[in-house]
Amino acid sequence: MVTGEPVVLDRAGLGELIDVLIRAGYRVIGPTVADDAIVLAELDSAECLPAGWGVTTAPGHYRLRRRDDEAVFGHSAGPQSWKRYLHPPRRKLFDASRDGEFSPAPQENTRYAFLGVRGCDLAAIAILDRVLGAGGHPDGSYRRRRREAFVVAVNCTEPGELCFCASMGTGPAAGPGYDLGLTERIDGGGHRFLVDIGTARGARLLSEITTRPAAAGEIRAAREEVTAAAGRMGRVMPGADLPAVIREARESPQWEEVASRCLTCANCTMVCPTCFCTTTEDVSDLSGDHAERWQRWASCFELDFSYVHGGSVRTSGTSRYRQWFSHKLGTWHEQFGGSGCVGCGRCIAWCPAGIDITEEAAKLTGGVS
Amino acid sequence: MTAEAVLPAPYRVAGRVVETADSVSLRLEPVREPLPEARLGQFMMLYVHGVGEVAISVSGPGPTHTIRAVGAVSQALHDLKPGTVLGVRGPFGTSWDVEDAVGQDVVIVAGGAGLCPLRPVLADVLAQRSDYGRVTVVAGARTPEDFLFPHELDSWATRHDLDLLCTIDRSAPGWTGLVGFVTEPLAGLDLDPERTRAFLCGPEPMMRACAEILLAKGIPASAIRVSLERAMKCGIGLCGHCQLGPLLLCRDGPVVDYTVAGPLLAVKEL
Repeated sequence: MVTGEPVVLDRAGLGELIDVLIRAGYRVIGPTVADDAIVLAELDSAECLPAGWGVTTAPGHYRLRRRDDEAVFGHSAGPQSWKRYLHPPRRKLFDASRDGEFSPAPQENTRYAFLGVRGCDLAAIAILDRVLGAGGHPDGSYRRRRREAFVVAVNCTEPGELCFCASMGTGPAAGPGYDLGLTERIDGGGHRFLVDIGTARGARLLSEITTRPAAAGEIRAAREEVTAAAGRMGRVMPGADLPAVIREARESPQWEEVASRCLTCANCTMVCPTCFCTTTEDVSDLSGDHAERWQRWASCFELDFSYVHGGSVRTSGTSRYRQWFSHKLGTWHEQFGGSGCVGCGRCIAWCPAGIDITEEAAKLTGGVS
Repeated sequence: MTAEAVLPAPYRVAGRVVETADSVSLRLEPVREPLPEARLGQFMMLYVHGVGEVAISVSGPGPTHTIRAVGAVSQALHDLKPGTVLGVRGPFGTSWDVEDAVGQDVVIVAGGAGLCPLRPVLADVLAQRSDYGRVTVVAGARTPEDFLFPHELDSWATRHDLDLLCTIDRSAPGWTGLVGFVTEPLAGLDLDPERTRAFLCGPEPMMRACAEILLAKGIPASAIRVSLERAMKCGIGLCGHCQLGPLLLCRDGPVVDYTVAGPLLAVKEL
């Protein structure tokens, strides 16, 4: 994936990168502090980045904390993921007139540049590519947004308490699939970023900003720091054949136990970077002549989700938790050729009951009694 | 979604036949270019202006769709008057693969509205009657008035090259036929396990009970096909609603081999 030798960008150069992306017509989306969290939002400049902010996470817990340096990528996953841009929470599918004229929703032409995509989240985008962007009837609007998106990834040197990308094989090193890959470095040599060039498009963009060649020692030190991060994951997913374990465990009493704690609130599905389910809403104006069909995110934790005439298939919380967990770690393999989990830890942090997907998997595989 | 898959094509209600107190058959004709013809067992997404969209099987030529009014959208479809324009997407999903049954005996078991997607199967088999061995149809309904396609049932009943067994759930005035679930006449059939292909559609407990009977007669699960139903929003594998274990029923169904369907249907609320 690497095209050309890595270069070094200093802290001011990161600002230049954002400016150049904006000038190239991209809406730059990246991390920023809002509402006591590190969220994703449109960035006007490098000033918006969460410099000096880190996070403390635990099951059902997420807090900002001040760092003792000015790192801009020194935080683990926040409540949002890039899916909200590639697979928006709500979008119009078509307009319809009573006499049968169906017009597709106008194609938006926003081009996004994603700044600060972790290995876990880059893997999540690759999963969405398979789920929404491939198959017999791909989602054309997803494919357009995805094709246009410029991805600046970040190698993770500071995994959080809930991270387990190393055991999912998605990080801490990001890639493949980025245009540019950054490794943030703060030491006696200053605050700078080692930049790996992933695509010709990335190389072209980089040629417009001030960089210098990376010294061999700098490259080695950055790589070592990323490698070392793999040993500091706060969580680990059991290495068992999860699809088989889960298939055998359909009638396990463990589902009842976890359901006794689960509030079926759907938070895990909303924060998950790969949960893709949607539903549709049909609306009309007062005259009834004009109607619209909208698509919005849905969750398998909703009672309505499995509604067919006469009632819902999955009425119990037990069956709905089993569905989410089994799909994410089990049947996703059969449906889309891989796991639906990337190890970002969001579902653990944002579960109000603090249910830990790695712990539940360990119980099923016999790792924890 | 590609424009073709997400955007309905306008169709007009060209004919409306009342089948039962709550069911009608709508024959549709394209307002513009027709959609590809559905293979037997595939389904279409029918959209009623401003109300919503549901997955409906193809019950006859035209195409014809038979709709039982059980919810907001199916009620609106049921109430459509001839000439009204509706939206159609599809065809989607798997087929019964009736061709596989050429040279074999055919058993069709339908409960209630389960007859809808099986009616074209029978029509196809009867159109090439000499290609098949024995053909048996077991159809069940709650009451005599609940049988769909009553005129066709009458005409099938007079054929000598077809065994038709109709049964109602509970005895009713004027009914001289079989009483009980479809499982009872099915259990009484003398079937050749080596050369029988079974096609089942109806409520899930019915299909499971029927499949168990067929399995007990020595018919392999691979010779049994069922048509399954789950919530569907997109019909094209993108919305996640129609999952049954590893299956996305819009893509891997609705017609599923019982080797796959059996273990999944055995799990409550899967």
